[in-house]
Amino acid sequence: METNCLHSTLLLGAILVPLLAGLVLLFSGSLAASLRRVIALSGFGIPLLAALFLTFNFDSSLAGGYNFDTRIDTGLSAVGIFLHLGLNGISLPLFLLAGVVGLATGLYAVHANAERPHLYLALLLTMQAGLMGTFASVDIFFFYFFHEFALIPTFIMIGIWGGAGRRGAAMEMAVYLTLGALLSLIGLIALYASSGAESFSLPELRNYLAGQPLSETLQNNLFGLLLFGFGILVALFPFHSWAPKAYAMAPSGAAMLHAGVLKKFGLYGLLQIAAPLLPEGGAHWFGWIAWLALGNILIIGLITLAQRDLKMMLGYSSVMHMGYAFLGIATFSVVGVGGAVLMMVAHGLSVALLFMLSTCIYHRCQTFDMLEMGGLASKAPILCAFFLAATMASIGLPGFGNFVGEFVIFASLGADLSTRWLLLPAAVGIVISAIYGLRAVANIFFGSPTEAFSERLAEEPVKDLQAHEKMPALILLAALLFIGVLPGVLSDPASAELSQVYPEVAELPEFYLSGHQESGHVHKEEAH
Amino acid sequence: MNELLAEFLRGYTATNGWLAILPEMLLALLALSLLAVEMVSPKAARTQIGRVAFYGQLFIMAICLLGCFSASGKEGTELLFSGMIEQSETTQIMRVFFLLSSILVSYLGGIYLSRHPLARTEFHHLVLLVAAGMMLLVQSAHFLMLFVALETVTVAFYVLVAYGRHSVGSLEAGLKYLIMGALSSSILLFGIVLLYGIAGNPALEVSSPDSLSYGALGEFIAFHPDNLLVRLGALLVVAGICFKIGAVPFQIWVPDVYQGAPTPVTGFLAVASKAAGFVVLLQLLKGPFAGLNELMIPVLSVIAVVTILFGNITAVAQGNLKRLMGLSGIAHAGYLLLGVVAYASGIAWAEGAVLFYLFTYLLGSFAVFGVMTLAAGADDGDQQIGHYENFAKEQPFLGGVLAIGLGSLAGIPPLGGFIGKLYLFIAAFQAGLYGLLAVAIIGVVISIYYYFGWIREAFFSHYNDQSEARSWPILFSRDRLLLALIAAASVLLGLYPAALSLLP
Repeated sequence: METNCLHSTLLLGAILVPLLAGLVLLFSGSLAASLRRVIALSGFGIPLLAALFLTFNFDSSLAGGYNFDTRIDTGLSAVGIFLHLGLNGISLPLFLLAGVVGLATGLYAVHANAERPHLYLALLLTMQAGLMGTFASVDIFFFYFFHEFALIPTFIMIGIWGGAGRRGAAMEMAVYLTLGALLSLIGLIALYASSGAESFSLPELRNYLAGQPLSETLQNNLFGLLLFGFGILVALFPFHSWAPKAYAMAPSGAAMLHAGVLKKFGLYGLLQIAAPLLPEGGAHWFGWIAWLALGNILIIGLITLAQRDLKMMLGYSSVMHMGYAFLGIATFSVVGVGGAVLMMVAHGLSVALLFMLSTCIYHRCQTFDMLEMGGLASKAPILCAFFLAATMASIGLPGFGNFVGEFVIFASLGADLSTRWLLLPAAVGIVISAIYGLRAVANIFFGSPTEAFSERLAEEPVKDLQAHEKMPALILLAALLFIGVLPGVLSDPASAELSQVYPEVAELPEFYLSGHQESGHVHKEEAH
Repeated sequence: MNELLAEFLRGYTATNGWLAILPEMLLALLALSLLAVEMVSPKAARTQIGRVAFYGQLFIMAICLLGCFSASGKEGTELLFSGMIEQSETTQIMRVFFLLSSILVSYLGGIYLSRHPLARTEFHHLVLLVAAGMMLLVQSAHFLMLFVALETVTVAFYVLVAYGRHSVGSLEAGLKYLIMGALSSSILLFGIVLLYGIAGNPALEVSSPDSLSYGALGEFIAFHPDNLLVRLGALLVVAGICFKIGAVPFQIWVPDVYQGAPTPVTGFLAVASKAAGFVVLLQLLKGPFAGLNELMIPVLSVIAVVTILFGNITAVAQGNLKRLMGLSGIAHAGYLLLGVVAYASGIAWAEGAVLFYLFTYLLGSFAVFGVMTLAAGADDGDQQIGHYENFAKEQPFLGGVLAIGLGSLAGIPPLGGFIGKLYLFIAAFQAGLYGLLAVAIIGVVISIYYYFGWIREAFFSHYNDQSEARSWPILFSRDRLLLALIAAASVLLGLYPAALSLLP
C-alpha cells in the first residue's frame, strides 16, 4: 500500500501527542487548572480518535503485510533498527484497546486529586505514549523500547502514589519485570543475530525465516527465552508474585493502564512474534504453556478465592484470567489465538473498569477490606450496577466481550482431541471466578455492614457515582458490550492476519499431537 | 660527521608532527600558565583560576572538535614521532572524551574547592595534566610511550586523590592508591620488560631491535604465540591494565580510594581512568597481542564474569554512595569487558560499541557525581544513601538529573545507557558469548536493585516521615545549565544514537 501521509501522521501523532502533552504539563506551573485539564485530556483523547480513524480505514485484504506503513531512521540503522510503525490485524485491536482504556484512565485521572497532579498526569501520559507505540511498532526493537517507556512510569507511580507497602512492591516489580524484559530483549537480539536477516523489522524477519527457518534446537532455545521473558511480564504462573502486590499498591491510573493494556504486551509478543517466527520452538513449548496456564487458572483461582482485600482480589483475578489467553495461544490455531486476542481486549477493558470502580469504592469506604463493607447498594445503586456489570463481564457472561473470547478459546480447545481434556479445568476456573466475583459483589454491596463500618458511613454519607466517574465507566462498559455484540469488527481483521501465519483448526490434530507428544517426551527425559 | 648526525636526526624527526599533538600541548601550556597566572595575579583574583581553566579547556575542545571533523574523512591510522604515537579515529574520539571529562571535573572541582579551604590552582593544573597524559596514553604505539604517559597520569592522580588534605579519608585513599598504583605499574613494567627481552632476542626469528613498538612486537608475537615468556609478559601487561579499569581480582583498591578521594576526582577516576584503560586494552588486542587471542579470550572472559558478579553483588549491600559508585563501576567494567572479548573474537564493530558505552557511562556517571558533589555535606567521604531521603521533593531538579543519571547507568530506555548495553549485547551475541551474556543479564537485574534503591530513597517518601531537615545546596543557574546539558545528552543518545556516530 502506498504510504498515506495522513495515516502516518496519525500513527506517529498517537504516540507523540500524549508525550508532548505530558511534557507541557510537567512545566505548566503557571497555567490555569482548566487549561491543564484540556491539555491532559487531549493527550489521552487524540490517540483514541487516531485509532478509531485508522480502524475505519483499515484494509483487511492486506493481511500478512502492514497498513499505514511508516519508517523513520533514528540512527540505529547500522544494526538494522528503524522506527517502523504500522498496524496489522493483530495489533489493531490492541491499539484500539490502548486508546479506549487510555481515554477512560485520563478522564478519571484528571479528577483524581492526586498529590502533585502535573507529575501524575505527565507520567500517565508517558505511559499512554508508550502503549500506543508498543502496539504500533513493526520493528521488534521499538516494540520492546516502547514497552519499557510505559513500564518505567508505572514503577514511579507506584512508588510515589501507592498505598502502604508501596516501596517494597515497586522494588519487587522493578526487579522482576526488569528480569523479564531483559530475557525478552536477549531473545529478540538472539532472533535478530541468529536469523541473519540484518533487520529488527518483523515482516523482514518473517520473510527471511520463512525461506531459511532456524534449526530446531535454536528455535526451542529462543522460544524458551521469549516464553519466560514475556511470561514474566504477563505474570505467567509461577512468575506472577509481583502482579497482585503491585496492583494492590498502584494508584488507580497506573493499575488501569498496566493491568488493562501494558500487561498484554507479553501475550502480544508471544502470538505476534514468537509463535509465527519460531513455529517448531512453539510446538516444543506449547505443552508447557498449557500446563502453566492451568496453574494460572486453577492455583491462582483458588488463591483469589481466599482474598479479602478488594484490590488484591482484582490483582489475582487478572493474573488468573491471563491463563485463558495462554490456553488460547497454546492451541496454536487461528481460532484459539484469535480468541486470545479478543480475550486480551475484553479483559483489558473489564479489569480497567474494575480497578477504577474499586478506587471509587475506596473513596466511599476508606477501606479495601471486603469483609468490613456491606450494604453499599442502597447508598450507591449506580456504582453497584457498574460493579456488578464489570464483574459479570469478567466472569464471562454472554453479551460481554469476555464471553466471546472465552467461548472461542473453549471452542478451539474442544476442536482437538488432544486438548479437549483442558476444557474441564478451564470450566472449573469459570466457576471459581464466578464464586469470588459474586461473593465480592455480595460482600461489598449487599448484606449488613460491620458496626464500625456503618458508623463510618453514618458520619460521612456516601454519594453515588459522580459524573466524572460515570463517564470513563460508561466508555469502558460500552466498549465491552460492543465487542460482546459485534466481535467481528475486531475478530475479522485478526483472523485474516492470523490465517497467514497460523494453521487452521482443521489441521490441528496431527500438528498439535506431534508437538504435544514431543513435549511429553521431553518431560520424561527431564524427569530422569 | 656533523652532517651525518644531522642527516640521522632529520630522518628521526621527519615524522614529528607537532601539529598533530596540538591539543595535548595546549593543555600542558594551559596547565603551566595557570601556575604563572597565580603568581602574577592578586590574591583576591585567584578564585578565578578555575574559570580560566574551564574556558581554556572549552577552547581546546573546540579545536579538538574542528580537528576531529577535518580528520573524519581520513581513513586508517598515522604513525608519528618515529612510531611513538599512532593517531586514528578512535584516538581522536577519545581526545574529546577525556577533554569532556576533564572539563566536567574542573567544573565540579570548582564547586568542591569553594567549600573546602584548599589550594585551587594546583587542582586544575593536575586535572589538565591528567587529561593530556590520557590523550597521549591512548595514542601510544610504543610501550615506552605507554609507560611514560601512564606514569604522568598516575602520579598526578596520587596527588588528586589525596587532595583533601584536611580529611583523613582522603589521605588514606591517597596512600592506598599510591601503593596499589605503584604495584600495578611495576607489574605492567615487568610484563613490558619480559616482552622486550624475548622479542629483542636476536637468537629468535622475527626479533627486532625496536621490540617495544607495537608493530614489531605484534609481528614477533604473531610468530611465537606459544612462547611462555610472551604469554607471561602479555598477561602481566593485561593485569597492570586491569588495575586501572578496576577488574576483579585487581579491584581491591576501588572502594576505599573512591570513598576517600574528593567526589570530582572520584568521578575522574571512575570515568576517564577506566576509559583510558579500556582503549589501551583494545589497542593492545588490536596491535601487539592480536596473535594471542586464544589466550586472551578465555582469560578476559573469566575476568568479565567475576567482575560483573563481584561488582553487582557487593554493591547491593553498600550504603555509602561513593563506594556504591565504585563497586557499580566495577560491574560496568565487566560489561565493557564483554565488548572487548567480542572484539577479540572477531566482531570488529564491538570497538565502536565499547566507545559508545564509554560515552554513555561518562554522561550517566557525571550526572550522578555532579549531583553528589552538590549535595555533599561537610564530610565529602560520608555520603550515605539515607541522606537522600526526600531529596526529589526538596530538590526536584537535582532529583530529576539523578534519576536520569542512575537510569542511564542501569540501562533503562530511553536513556543512552540502554543503547550502550544494547550494542554490547548484540556484539556479544554475534560473537557467540552466550554464557557471558547470561551473567551480564543477572548482573543488570541485580544492579536494578541498588540503582532503583537509590532512586526510591530520593523519590518515594516514607509513610512516617520523621527525618530531620537537611540543608540542601544552593544551586546557581550555571550549575543547573551544566547538569541539564549532561542529562539532556543522556536522553538524546538514547533517542537518537546517531548523534554519536561511532558505528559503521
